[in-house]
Amino acid sequence: MSIDINFIGILIGAIMASSVPLILAASGELITERSGVLNLGVEGMMIIGAISGFALMVITDNLFFAIIGSMFSGLLLSFIFGFLTQSLITNHVATGLALTIFGIGLSAMIGKDFVGIPGKEFPLLFVNFKETIPFFGPIFFGHSVIFYFAFLLPFVTNYFLKKTKIGLIVRAVGDSPISASNQGINVLLVRYCCILYGGAMCGLAGAYLSLIYTPQWIENMTAGRGWIALALVVFATWSPIKVLIGAVVFGGITILQLHMQAIGIRIPVQFLSALPYIMTIVVLVIISRDSRKIKLNTPTSLGQMFYKEK
Amino acid sequence: MIKIEKRSEAPNSIYFLTPVLAIFLTLITGALIFFILGFKPLEALKFFFITPISDLYGLSELLIKATPLCLIAIGLSFCFKSNNWNIGAEGQLTFGGIVGGGVALLFYNHEGFYVLPLIILAGAIGGMVFALIPAILKVYFNTNEILVSLMLVYVSKLLLDYLVVGPWSNPEGFNFPETRQFSDSARLPILFEGLRIHAGIFIALISVLLAWIVFYKTYLGFQIKVSGLSLKTAKYAGYKGKTMILLVFMVSGACAGLAGVGEITGPIGQLHRMISPDYGFTAIIVAFLGRLNPIGIVFASLIVALTYLGAETAQIFLQVPKYTGQVFQGMILFFLLASDFLIFFKIKFLGFKKYEY
Repeated sequence: MSIDINFIGILIGAIMASSVPLILAASGELITERSGVLNLGVEGMMIIGAISGFALMVITDNLFFAIIGSMFSGLLLSFIFGFLTQSLITNHVATGLALTIFGIGLSAMIGKDFVGIPGKEFPLLFVNFKETIPFFGPIFFGHSVIFYFAFLLPFVTNYFLKKTKIGLIVRAVGDSPISASNQGINVLLVRYCCILYGGAMCGLAGAYLSLIYTPQWIENMTAGRGWIALALVVFATWSPIKVLIGAVVFGGITILQLHMQAIGIRIPVQFLSALPYIMTIVVLVIISRDSRKIKLNTPTSLGQMFYKEK
Repeated sequence: MIKIEKRSEAPNSIYFLTPVLAIFLTLITGALIFFILGFKPLEALKFFFITPISDLYGLSELLIKATPLCLIAIGLSFCFKSNNWNIGAEGQLTFGGIVGGGVALLFYNHEGFYVLPLIILAGAIGGMVFALIPAILKVYFNTNEILVSLMLVYVSKLLLDYLVVGPWSNPEGFNFPETRQFSDSARLPILFEGLRIHAGIFIALISVLLAWIVFYKTYLGFQIKVSGLSLKTAKYAGYKGKTMILLVFMVSGACAGLAGVGEITGPIGQLHRMISPDYGFTAIIVAFLGRLNPIGIVFASLIVALTYLGAETAQIFLQVPKYTGQVFQGMILFFLLASDFLIFFKIKFLGFKKYEY
């Protein structure tokens, strides 16, 4: 029996590991959206984070630089978005889409010399606990630093938004930029910061994929995770803790789908692969039906352009 | 000092000059990126934008790629004008292709004049039905159409993958992930001997004409425009908002479905995994670059089609990945949106003042 329990532990550990990029990207995007900005460029920023992290790892042979670099490149890309939507007052949806298309293209251009290079082993923490403690070992131990950071992040984000003054300012800017501005808050500055933070987190999420989860560079390797992260934020009705739950559920579907394929359950692979996307739609329908529920946390000014006569 | 003022009205010419400015800036930045990556910028741009269309065959290829882009973008302009964000045209294209392809496979050993119209009709209906999913969910369940239409892209692509690998794969095809070749009656006629340009271009041109008539000559077009500018006004005027949403999604789904069947009955001639190199996503850029204006979309589709061709040529001559085209497509949209600033705002140079209070 103990083997079975251990197997379930390993499975849960794998599910949690696969939800890490979703948690990171969705937590970042959540802050951006809470300030009233809808950035659809998550996929683009993630893929740029993935290639720049991997490229820096190959060039500098230093994982720390690789991680920092990936966050910085996600941040740079989100700066383009911020400049366009905030300073040049462009449409959020169109700009975000352009960012994703641009990011996927640019990552392939940068990455053409990095295809087929094997990744480096990423140091894992508490490896000896993983093997000695049954069941809980493989769930909680033997993961990377980023894994623990990701599972801490939603709680920190929640505390930040609800208990700190800056969090209150972010929410005020998202709910009513005009009132916030009249209170003397620099709306543009707050929104820029939130956009850049979101970009950095998306970059980190990409780096997790290319450095830790599947340590190599493959063109278009984010494979729609950025879009699922975006859906997760709505799914969670802009609440960080629910982002965590949602991400684990989606990670679970992905991993279970792989295992069902492996043990030969006679459902076509493609139907299983389509499950996360169909689930997103179903969940969106369920939570959107109740407009009171979705309005509770929705940033009122989400996606709207803000312009102040100077 | 610079002062920025909101314009009450923009001169008409600026709407059509800013896309030109955007393309110009894209070329300059593109040259810069090529330079950074270690290519000779002018030579690279030449391979990208001139070599592909310097002969008749290239021009025909350009039109083949512009046809689906134009068709989808025309459909999307109905959605975008009325502020509905259908970004899943790629899925509607795929599903239209699946339904149309299914009909084509039913008739794989039939010849007859009725086969092609049936396939085209099936494709349009397929795209339309697939676009109705996000529309109905938006209207009745208040669900975000951006996310739903996008998730459906992945679902339709996986369905296509399942079909061409499984039940619809060619029984004599040695397990290649593709269906039988369609019969000759199921193919769009080729227009010129020796070139691949096919009759699908007429479907696109008809859609341009129809869209122009609807937008500028009918009450419906006016309603679409008003709903996009102000939902409150539209409600006050008593327009049927829900019907409008369903309608614009159906139009854009049908156009995307037509583009899908145009591809499989035109250049491809069967179903396989890759029936579209993301035409559905790129058409969003085409719609914006063409300013949601049918004539503008025709020109925009030619320009964006060139980025596809250019990427293919550059892949051969410069060994850059095929995704390079997307870098240009993304940049065009960036610069276009950025130059829109000139439309909505006026920049005034006030000279330099030392004390400004």
